[in-house]
Parts: sequence; C-alpha cells; structure tokens
Amino acid sequence: MNALITIAAKEFRDGLRNRWATSATLVMAGLSLALAFLGSAPTGHVGVPPLAVTVVSLASLTVFLVPLIALILSHDALVGEVERGTMLLLLTYPVRRWQIVMGKFLGHSLLLGVATTVGYGAAGCAAALATPDAVSGGWMPFAVLIVTSVALGTVFLALGYLISSLVAEHATAAGVAVVLWLCFALLFDLGLLGFLATTGGQGVSATAFRWILMLNPTDIFRLINLTGVAEVRRYSGMAGLPALATIPLPTLVVAFAVWIGWPLVLTMAIFKRRPL
Amino acid sequence: MTPVTLSSAAKRYGTQWAVRGIDLSLMAGERLALLGHNGAGKTTLMKLILGLIRPEEGSVRIFGRDPAHSRGMEGAAIGFLPENVTFHNAMTGRETLAFYARLKRQSGAGCSDLLDRVGLAGAADRRVATYSKGMRQRLGLAQALLGAPRLLLLDEPTTGLDQSLRQTFYDILADLADNGTAVLLSSHLLSEVETKTDRIAVMDRGRLLIAGTLADLRTAVDLPLEVRLTVARDRTQDVVRRLAPFHPAGDGEALSLWCRPQDKMSVLREVGAMGSAVIDIDIHQPGLDAVYARLTGTTIGKPIGAPVAEQAS
Repeated sequence: MNALITIAAKEFRDGLRNRWATSATLVMAGLSLALAFLGSAPTGHVGVPPLAVTVVSLASLTVFLVPLIALILSHDALVGEVERGTMLLLLTYPVRRWQIVMGKFLGHSLLLGVATTVGYGAAGCAAALATPDAVSGGWMPFAVLIVTSVALGTVFLALGYLISSLVAEHATAAGVAVVLWLCFALLFDLGLLGFLATTGGQGVSATAFRWILMLNPTDIFRLINLTGVAEVRRYSGMAGLPALATIPLPTLVVAFAVWIGWPLVLTMAIFKRRPL
Repeated sequence: MTPVTLSSAAKRYGTQWAVRGIDLSLMAGERLALLGHNGAGKTTLMKLILGLIRPEEGSVRIFGRDPAHSRGMEGAAIGFLPENVTFHNAMTGRETLAFYARLKRQSGAGCSDLLDRVGLAGAADRRVATYSKGMRQRLGLAQALLGAPRLLLLDEPTTGLDQSLRQTFYDILADLADNGTAVLLSSHLLSEVETKTDRIAVMDRGRLLIAGTLADLRTAVDLPLEVRLTVARDRTQDVVRRLAPFHPAGDGEALSLWCRPQDKMSVLREVGAMGSAVIDIDIHQPGLDAVYARLTGTTIGKPIGAPVAEQAS
C-alpha cells in the first residue's frame, strides 16, 4: 500500500479512537440541532423553519466552529510528532516528507468530512422528519453547505500544517492558531466593515471589494452559501446585493482551491527543509 | 557495495561543529560500536547516515547512494532504533508494527514472528501507552528488524534493558551479522561492546578519535600492560636483577611489572631465559574502559595518533 494511504489511514483511525471524531460530531450535531429548532426564535416563533433558513444559521455557525476544530486537529500535526520523537523514526522509513503532509491532510479531511456530514446531517434529517414541509426547497442548499463546510475545514487544516511546519514548539503553534482563527473568523470582517463605514463605502470599488473578500476563506464560504443558491439568497439578506451576487460560482470554487493549495504546497516545501 | 562510507563528513549546528572530519566505513556483516560521551556526536553521525541531515563538508554514502535524497533511499533496507524510542500511545504493539511494516512495503505476516522474537507476543494487543521502557525498546527493535535490513543503526539500544533481554538482543545482532547485515550501535556500556562487536569507533567532541579492533585501540593508545610473575622464593633477587629495566615491584614469590606493549616480547624472552626461576606468568591487557579513558581523557587537544606519555598506574 502506498505510504500516503498508510499514513492517511493511521490518522483517520487515530482520530476515531481518541474520540476526536466523536466529540467533533457531537458538538456539530448539538449546535446545529439547536439552530435548526430554535433558529427562528428571535422572530418570536419557535418551530422548524424551512431548511433554507437552517442553512443560513448553520453557515454562520460553520464560519466559527469548523475552522476552530480543523486548527485543533492540524496545528500539532507536524511539530507535535517532532517533539514526541515519532517523526524522527518515521523519516527514516521509505516515506517522502510530502507524503507525510498529504497523508495527514487526507486522513484529517476524511475525519472532518465524516464529522460534518454526520453532525449537520443529523440536524437536517431531524428537521426534515419533524416538519416535512421544511424541505420544500429541496436538499440542494443543505448539500452545498456540507460540502463547502468540509472545504472550509480543509483550508484551515492546510493553514494548521503551515503553522505546524514553521514553529519549534506545539505551544507556539496553538497560540498562532488561535490568532489565525480570530483574524479570519472575526477580525477580518470587522476591519472591513469598519473601513467601509468610515469611508462611507466610497473607499473601495466593487471589483476591489470582491477581491478583498477572496482574501478570507470564510468569506468565500459565506458567498457560496448565502448568495450562490437562489433558495437561500431570499433568507440571507443578500438578495439585494447585485455587486456581490455577480461573483460567479466557478471563481469562488477556484478561490477555495487556491486557499487549500497554497498553504499545503508551502508546508511541504518548508517541512522538506526542516532539520531534525 | 559498502553499506556505509563517510569521507571527511562534517555537520554544523549554527557555529558549533557537531561532527567534523569523519572518515569511517562499515562493511557488510560487521558490527561496529560507536563510543563517546554525551554530545560527542554519535547521534549526529547516525542522522547523517540516515539522511535526516546533510553534511556541510565531505560526503556520506549508503550502499553507494546519497541518503539525503529520499528517492535514492527507497528500498535500501535500513533499520533504525532511535535513542529513547517513542510510539503513538493510542496504538497497540501489533498495530504499531503493522503500520511500520506497511511503510516498508512488507506484508503483515512476519509481524507476529517478530513480536515473538523480541519477547512481546504476550503484550502485542495492549496499547503502547501501558508499555514499560524495556517493552518499548523491544518494540523499537522489532520495527528496526522489519524487512530484513542490510544496515541496522541502533542508538543506545540496551539502555533500560535487563540482563536477559540484553543477551537476546546481542544474539539477534550476531545472527544478523552472520547473514551479512552491517550493524552500527552506540553505547555507554563498554564491557558489553568489548565482547559483542567486531570493531570499535571512539568519538570525542565531534571528532572520530580512532576506529578499529580492541587490539588496534590498545596499540594506538600505548597503554602499559601488567605482567605478574610467580617466582621461586630463593631466586627472587636474580629475577629482579635480570628484569631491572622494567622495574619489577614486590618481593617474595609474587612480582609484578608494567611494560609497553612493544616491550612485551622482550620481557617474555628474559623470563624464558631464566628457566625454572619463574614458576608462573600472567599478562593483563588493559580493558576497553582503560583504553577509552585514555583516548577521551588524556588526548584532548592532541591530534589523533600523537604519542601518549606513558603512565604506569
């Protein structure tokens, strides 16, 4: 069996065994169930809203939760093994260093995929069972949500490996990961909002604004989910934003792929030169 | 193809040379012990051989290839046991070995035999987290033996092992060497290395002081050897007089003297010429610990091979 597959399989099994997958799935299922059933409570109405509304709520949850659990999984992946001494032995085996990075990426992505699909899927199914009317809009938006959530997770897995390949201690990696998470999940958008507010929206052209949004993977995720699917656009408050809605889906998908690709490539290049 | 060849190899960390000017080769079927204090450069040398680090100067060749190019090392059949080996705690011993076997492209079939061979058969299905230091070391040896390696590198392999396991350990090494595996092991336990290996290399502060058999080392350090004589009581004075150049000490029946290795035959000839005056003779060669102490203790700052002042203790 290829070394990459062997490492991926080991990471996947480790994740299942050390309860990471179980806890991540439970957290996602719990929070998404709460959102599905109580998501419309602020409107004074407790009950199951259309699935499309649940998608809007879950998208907001994903932006905070998925990057966090992805970083928890990945920030330690390389530096942790270097510190514990298992990396030294592994590197004396006929394994290329890029295979170690990609093997971990594959295994962790699979874990994330299972946790997200089961966690969110449970909420979706429960909502559909409770009120069959809720899925009148079809499952499409929900499927897009799950796929893009996993994709967003893989972006932060890749960023986590990059951190892990750069630092000397896992404690440093954890600190950097928290800062990175804060920046992308919160500070970037806050900063952008602040800038738009102070310049009265005149400081930046619509084209430039679109490109700026591409600099934050969580915004790419939001754009795909909140504007990409017609059914959802109605509930997300994005219907009236033609400038944003004109970012074509393929562009967003490519942007996502770039965000997964560059940290991985950089990680492999850095890790290849890292002395042990 | 020579398993290991280092020519003037040097590795620097920052401004500090970890090893420098290392010329060493290891032949198939040979067991070479690497001796040295902590920080002498033993582990650095192993990392160079494994291709984990690249030399700043000189070259390292493993079976004729550069180990730092991973492409070149695939299928090179190298086994390595790091110092203080660690494993993933959540996996069992059997799973751990199966994981490493797959990476070496071995079928899992031989794993049970290997676990049996290192005495872990009973604990194979327990999590590695529950293993003692000795059990981890056994598992470490098992993974190093995967895939019938032609070159085996062992960093302090017997620390933490009890006496019986050490014996098993060296038996396995002897088997491997008989089948043509080149073995390089570092150790602090001089008494073991003295009898269980073919050649000894002594490192000190990043330099390779000497490599050779124990006899080579003895000759090189020029340590005096002790000759003990049992003489006929009434001829003691006669013997003392004839061996005067070697300053024999003692009186009555027991005499002892120290001489340089190259004077050993002169002493024996004198003794032989004295006929029945000498009843018995014992020659004590300095042990590896004395040789090692001389090599690493009194040669500091002197170039390799420089004459060492004679010192009769």
